[in-house]
Amino acid sequence: MKWIVPVVLFAMAFPAMAMDARSPGEKLLEISLETPDSLKVKEYLGLAAKPSFIMDDLDADVVVVEVFSMYCPHCQREAPVVNRFYDLLVKRKTPGTSIKLLGIGVGNSQFEVDHFRKTYDIPFPLFADGDFIVHRALGQVGTPYFIVLAREADRSWKVVLSRPGGIQSPEAFLTTIVELTKGEK
Amino acid sequence: MKSIWFYLVLLFMMVPVSGYCLSSAFEGSVYDPGTLKPRDSVVKVKVGDPVPDFRLQTIDGGQVGPGQFRGKKNLVISFIPAAWTPVCSDQWPGYNIARPLFESFDAVLLGISVDSLATLFAWTRAMNDLWFPVASDFWPHGAVADSFGVLRSNGTAERAIIIVDKKGIIRFIHVSDINVRPELGMIIKALGAIE
Repeated sequence: MKWIVPVVLFAMAFPAMAMDARSPGEKLLEISLETPDSLKVKEYLGLAAKPSFIMDDLDADVVVVEVFSMYCPHCQREAPVVNRFYDLLVKRKTPGTSIKLLGIGVGNSQFEVDHFRKTYDIPFPLFADGDFIVHRALGQVGTPYFIVLAREADRSWKVVLSRPGGIQSPEAFLTTIVELTKGEK
Repeated sequence: MKSIWFYLVLLFMMVPVSGYCLSSAFEGSVYDPGTLKPRDSVVKVKVGDPVPDFRLQTIDGGQVGPGQFRGKKNLVISFIPAAWTPVCSDQWPGYNIARPLFESFDAVLLGISVDSLATLFAWTRAMNDLWFPVASDFWPHGAVADSFGVLRSNGTAERAIIIVDKKGIIRFIHVSDINVRPELGMIIKALGAIE
């Protein structure tokens, strides 16, 4: 049985060896992340009490993934803008597609991610990817980078937006996401 | 045989991405030397030794050395191999937001590389400046790095963190795999151990 873990991990990793960022239309490989301790975060993402979760476990129709690093000066400058984007998501009164936001700290330890969170008072979930495992699955992109995923009818995740750089305008970014994901639910 | 495969796959999964500058801040500006030999020097100092004395020129036109912090501040010396290279370009900007952590332990940070002052000046400007002094160990080339035993055979410094207490005594030495950034929590924990 010990074979199952490395085989599954290897099967997950092999396609992720590609250097290219995930492109719109692509399906996202399964990514496993550690379930956060915070009850608030668990509730936001709709997670059960398991030690880890995969994208399929998320309670959302659309997930916006910010790829960042504590060490990235652009990510540092971008943090308040991304916070404003999160505020827009939370305050959306339009019913329908639920959009959630999370960040992946590539090459960052939990300590480093926590420090980034505290420094910029970041209210949305951040995850440490110290060994670049998630980073590889996402195509080893630079930072900051945004990938928007929409859930398909078969519950798989499709990339609908994949772009480097910051958000610039939270309002325009949200409008773009809503347009791209119309009819995806 | 089974256990070999198990560990090989785990090893594959754990291999860090090396020589990788993630920040788009430096896109197209950094020189990627590829994966380098993790370490290429023999440390000449140990915990408990007095810090080797030195004075280096800094990019703001001044000079810096451990003596000026004696009795006042703990000193964290960050040696990095080279400006305009991937991991280095990621490392020091991160310390910009870590300043409160260092200061909470009454510590100052000092960045040193063997690059020239002009190179360091241009590079740190691209990071929108740094809060800590940045010094050049260019000439005599790498002499300060060598005094600590962190000068590599190709003339660059190791990626090393040396922590010196207010009495001028070395309290922590960490020489990273040059391809991997030293983890911030480890540095802060070491500072905490001094106090």
